[in-house]
Amino acid sequence: MSVKRDSFSLSFAVGAYGTAFGAASVTAHFTVLQSCLLSLLTFSGASQFAVIGVVGAGGSALSAIATASLLGTRNGLYGLRMAPILKVKGWKRIVAAHVTIDESTAIATAQTNHSDQKVGFWHTGFGVFIFWNFFTLLGAIGAKAIGNPSAWGLDAAVPAAFIALVWPRLIDRKTRAIAAAAIALSLALVPFTSAGIPIITCALLAVIVGWRA
Amino acid sequence: MSKEWIAVIGTSVFAFTLKYLGHSLPESWLSHPRIQRINALIPIVLLTALVAINSVTVKTKIVADHRLAGLAVAVTALFFKAPFPVIVLGGAVGSAIAYHFGG
Repeated sequence: MSVKRDSFSLSFAVGAYGTAFGAASVTAHFTVLQSCLLSLLTFSGASQFAVIGVVGAGGSALSAIATASLLGTRNGLYGLRMAPILKVKGWKRIVAAHVTIDESTAIATAQTNHSDQKVGFWHTGFGVFIFWNFFTLLGAIGAKAIGNPSAWGLDAAVPAAFIALVWPRLIDRKTRAIAAAAIALSLALVPFTSAGIPIITCALLAVIVGWRA
Repeated sequence: MSKEWIAVIGTSVFAFTLKYLGHSLPESWLSHPRIQRINALIPIVLLTALVAINSVTVKTKIVADHRLAGLAVAVTALFFKAPFPVIVLGGAVGSAIAYHFGG
């Protein structure tokens, strides 16, 4: 069945990025255990990178949590879309919620019949979970072993990951303009606010533009 | 408790709560177009700000260092539609080269 094959290849490809997360997390002074717990419990790539990005830049725990949680709101909307397809209750709903991420929702909603949608969601959700956590551990241990992260360019791996995550979303003039505004606003605030605040303040841009347009 | 631990636990709790709420709330609650638009824009502004902050700042100062070379390589890779691992690895390699040779 091709939906299972698609789920597997996507899971492996996405899960392998876990290496980059594990390495970046250790570089941002999180322990191997903390890095693995983020992958096991938060299990949402952009939010995890946000946590280490904010804390690594010297931001407070609160601004890290706020930034990561705002990035996590989209998973809530995915859940809203998946609930009528999965129709699960109790502990199954808890498991389904935990593996509700970009990839599981994308594979599921790309299927045309109901049973493929369910198969795609569960296989991709579990598949990414297994590979993502395995590769996080691998990356974290690897980064721990190599010493000075700057010498290996790991401090640039974080912004490279962020730009790769945002790039496909910059689809038209409006999204590029708001991205440019976010760069300008965040950097303008850097000298005057404590770390983490410039990033979370940019959420206001999304609210203002999204409210009116 | 260190701020790393607070961030790990706090983020995990909120991340799961948001996912679970999505599965439990009536669909009409969040289907307003305004909410959908804001939700689509939030990743764009936050991820872009994270790119800027993590590539050209150290604490409360704006600096241009080896990381910019890494970012340039990453952007070049994006123009050539390279897959995610190549972009991240390219960024790291570019930055490492600049770190060793740029001083």
